[in-house]
Amino acid sequence: MTAPAAPPATTEPGQLTKETYRGRIHPDWCPGCGDFSVLAALQTALFELGLQPHQACVISGIGCSSNLPGYVNTYGMHTLHGRALAVATGVRLGNHELKVICAGGDGDGYGIGGNHFVHTMRRNVDLTYVVMDNQIYGLTTGQCSPTSVKGMKTKSTPYGSVENPINPIPMAIVGGATYVARAFSGKQKHMVEMFKGAIQHKGFALVDVFSPCVTYNKDNTYQWFNPRVKILEEQGHDPTDFHKAIERGYQWGEEIPIGLFWRRTDLESLEDLEPVLHTGEGPLAFRPLGISPEQAQRLIQELL
Amino acid sequence: MNKIDFAVGIGGENGQGIASTGNILALIFARRGLHLNAYNAYQSIIRGGHTFLTIRASDGPVRNMGDKIDVFIPLNQDTMDRHLHLLKSGACAIYDKEKVTPEKAADGVQLCPMPMKELTRGNKLAVNTAALGGTLQLLGIESEPLETVISRQFKKKGDAVVAENLAIARAGYDYAAQNFTAFSWKAPRGAKPLGIITGNQAIAMGGAAAGVKFYAAYPMSPSTGVLMWMAAHARELGIMVRQVEDEIGVMNMVIGAAHTGCRAMCATSGGGFALMSEAVGMAGMIETPIVCIDVQRAGPATGVPTKTEQGDLWQVLGAGQGDYPRIVVAPTNQLDLFHTVPELFNLCDKYQCPGLVLSDLLISEGTTSIDPDDLDFRVKIDRGELILPNGNGNGANPASGYNDNAYLRYKNTASGISPRAVPGVPGYIFTAATDEHDEDGTLISDEFTNPQKRRMMVEKRARKMQGAIKDIASPKLVGSEEADVTLVGWGSTAGVIREAVEKLAGEEGIVANQLAIKWIVPLHAAEISAILGRSKNVILVENNQSGQFARYLRSETGFDGHGHIRKYDGEPFMPHHIVEAVKTQLAGETRLSIPVHEVNA
Ligand SMILES: Cc1ncc(C[n+]2csc(CCOP(=O)(O)OP(=O)(O)O)c2C)c(N)n1
Ligand code: SF4
Repeated sequence: MTAPAAPPATTEPGQLTKETYRGRIHPDWCPGCGDFSVLAALQTALFELGLQPHQACVISGIGCSSNLPGYVNTYGMHTLHGRALAVATGVRLGNHELKVICAGGDGDGYGIGGNHFVHTMRRNVDLTYVVMDNQIYGLTTGQCSPTSVKGMKTKSTPYGSVENPINPIPMAIVGGATYVARAFSGKQKHMVEMFKGAIQHKGFALVDVFSPCVTYNKDNTYQWFNPRVKILEEQGHDPTDFHKAIERGYQWGEEIPIGLFWRRTDLESLEDLEPVLHTGEGPLAFRPLGISPEQAQRLIQELL
Repeated sequence: MNKIDFAVGIGGENGQGIASTGNILALIFARRGLHLNAYNAYQSIIRGGHTFLTIRASDGPVRNMGDKIDVFIPLNQDTMDRHLHLLKSGACAIYDKEKVTPEKAADGVQLCPMPMKELTRGNKLAVNTAALGGTLQLLGIESEPLETVISRQFKKKGDAVVAENLAIARAGYDYAAQNFTAFSWKAPRGAKPLGIITGNQAIAMGGAAAGVKFYAAYPMSPSTGVLMWMAAHARELGIMVRQVEDEIGVMNMVIGAAHTGCRAMCATSGGGFALMSEAVGMAGMIETPIVCIDVQRAGPATGVPTKTEQGDLWQVLGAGQGDYPRIVVAPTNQLDLFHTVPELFNLCDKYQCPGLVLSDLLISEGTTSIDPDDLDFRVKIDRGELILPNGNGNGANPASGYNDNAYLRYKNTASGISPRAVPGVPGYIFTAATDEHDEDGTLISDEFTNPQKRRMMVEKRARKMQGAIKDIASPKLVGSEEADVTLVGWGSTAGVIREAVEKLAGEEGIVANQLAIKWIVPLHAAEISAILGRSKNVILVENNQSGQFARYLRSETGFDGHGHIRKYDGEPFMPHHIVEAVKTQLAGETRLSIPVHEVNA
């Protein structure tokens, strides 16, 4: 564990600086880990959007990448392996005024958390999901992940993986996510834009980030990605074109697109569709408890 | 005054409308002011199979389904064959003359064949309506209450259906008057009209009273009734109700909602609870109060989905890895479920830990009469040391400030309770982590050099239970201190044991007393040891094979019961099962009795 950084100075609302979003402690990631870039991009995005730290909640699962909430000065939850999205849905429904940002690894989100991933997308819960996709299990020291490419040698696949990887981009597009983007730790400015778009988007936003694990993934390195990644925004991609989005999402090899693949704004979020959130004052969490005497009377009537 | 106590048993295939017939009867009895208890022995198929519903009513308390049937309504031959031999003198059997033939019945059993085709004018679905008419006639109940309830029950189906059913009920009623002999007694009237409630409804209503704002579930018998009640009332009461992809998601979502400050609840059965268990540990670790109800059914694995058992005690005791405080409670009946849920929420809010309720199919799906005055929704609400942006839950301590680094979410206090702020409150920012953490939430799990902090945090959490036990009622011995035998049970068996104690005294001249255990964790071990230490003969009664509570009691108190009565055939205890087992044990014949369930249900 690294020594704690100096705590951020007390800041009045309205006087936000980039420093405001720095967490209590310094990340203990390996030097050079792609996750540093993700953290910096997220802090910049929060700052540029002017989000008050107490109005945001960063929620993760378990993994190297999932240590991120402790490094951001917002409310945070560091939950169980694979469960960030389920917890986050509860947080959003309990307090739909909070900005919720989920963060985690590819194993966490696409492996053990796969069921929640699918269902959170189809519900179009209004949150941002940042997956630090290093195509390996980092925290458990280098086993195969659901996004490890076929043939990859890892500690759990010493002869090379024989399984096909998940491609999260097309999966999210058909799964019901309404904002689907990819970023790369080597292109931090671009990542900030992807995050800002995702946080402002009303609905489920996925940003899958190539965030190299410099310790355990010797195949998909910065050097490997650098010449391959091509920014969709620079190529005139239309994120409202479903078929093009799927097509570009499948692209892999010499050219790998990053950027916003798909966005739709015509679908209401779960929060929009739930009348309970709109028939009372403020978030559910802060509403008065119990029921009125008239309501109680009605409930009792049903039993007679 | 001698109480009149009688039971009606209706059996047939699933899909023959047995549940709704039972519901009509239960409503008629309850409106008459009678106490009642209804238990439906059914199977996990939607059509076919065998279902047998027992409704027992009396002007005195009714705590279980009892031992006998007075009016037997077999809707098919199978039911007739399975149950007729169990009828005692004085009982009657009402059945379709053309479809069902009785074998030999005991002397004194009145056979009441009815020409159903004629009475129902060929409407096969209305046979039970005609039988209901006949039943009320024999019980000496006027036809008017039946007409009222039928009109209400069939209202949605239109006037024609109501009129048809009223005519059929009337025909059955009149036919019985002319052809059969009514009982020598009449169904009595109680002091005031009552309602009817199932345990699952009671759980849901208890949640509503407690101020539950978030309810999530994945359907699983026999807990689904809670979800259905919540879903039906969600919009009216402002409760967010979600059906989630699996029980792992359910518990995690509930924790997320609870973390924001909502009172959040879920119910499931053993299999679903097994999936939740890692997350229950998370609630323990991040100190987020949640309430989860495990409505037990016969296990393991899928087990017998529609049968009752008390088989999840150790699962709940051990849910989740590691040591962490939790509160476990096993309410004893439907009304107790209603009262326990809000009480448990207060305890969980105060001690910031998960609260687990052990219900079971018997009381969750079983119906009982309820005095509306007992359903007081104005429950005490204590949210403990909760910091909300608009003050704490009790209206004090408005929060202020911004980026206040002095806030310690997991402050090491004497009570172990640390003031709990929720996301959205300015000035209290922290990260809740399932890794071991320091007082401010910083992860210490990987600081191998810091065993002192780890120990401090483990002890801080554990200390909370020292306070909790003081807030929890200690079990009381019911009956004479000088009894020959003490019957100990936990949860839903309290009612049937109580009746067994009365029967032992009344019919067998055996003085027994009863210790019903409701609060399981923390356990009043010292008080229980003292009570049982004074007893001559302690018999533990439970609805499982291995004596789960007996083992738990021994582990917590060192006390080993003298004898055991265990039932694990899927059906609940009947009073005579316990009475007979106690007699054999007192005669020195055995120390482990496994009563046989006579009905081939
Ligand atoms: C239920 C459960 N199973 C397994 C683990 C062990 N575990 C921790 S992190 C992890 C995988 C990490 O990979 P990933 O999610 O891709 O994140 P990364 O470390 O690469 O950032 C595993 C298997 C766990 N914590 N909980
Ligand atoms: S092991 Fe890999 S993913 Fe984990 S911190 Fe190190 S570089 Fe990053």
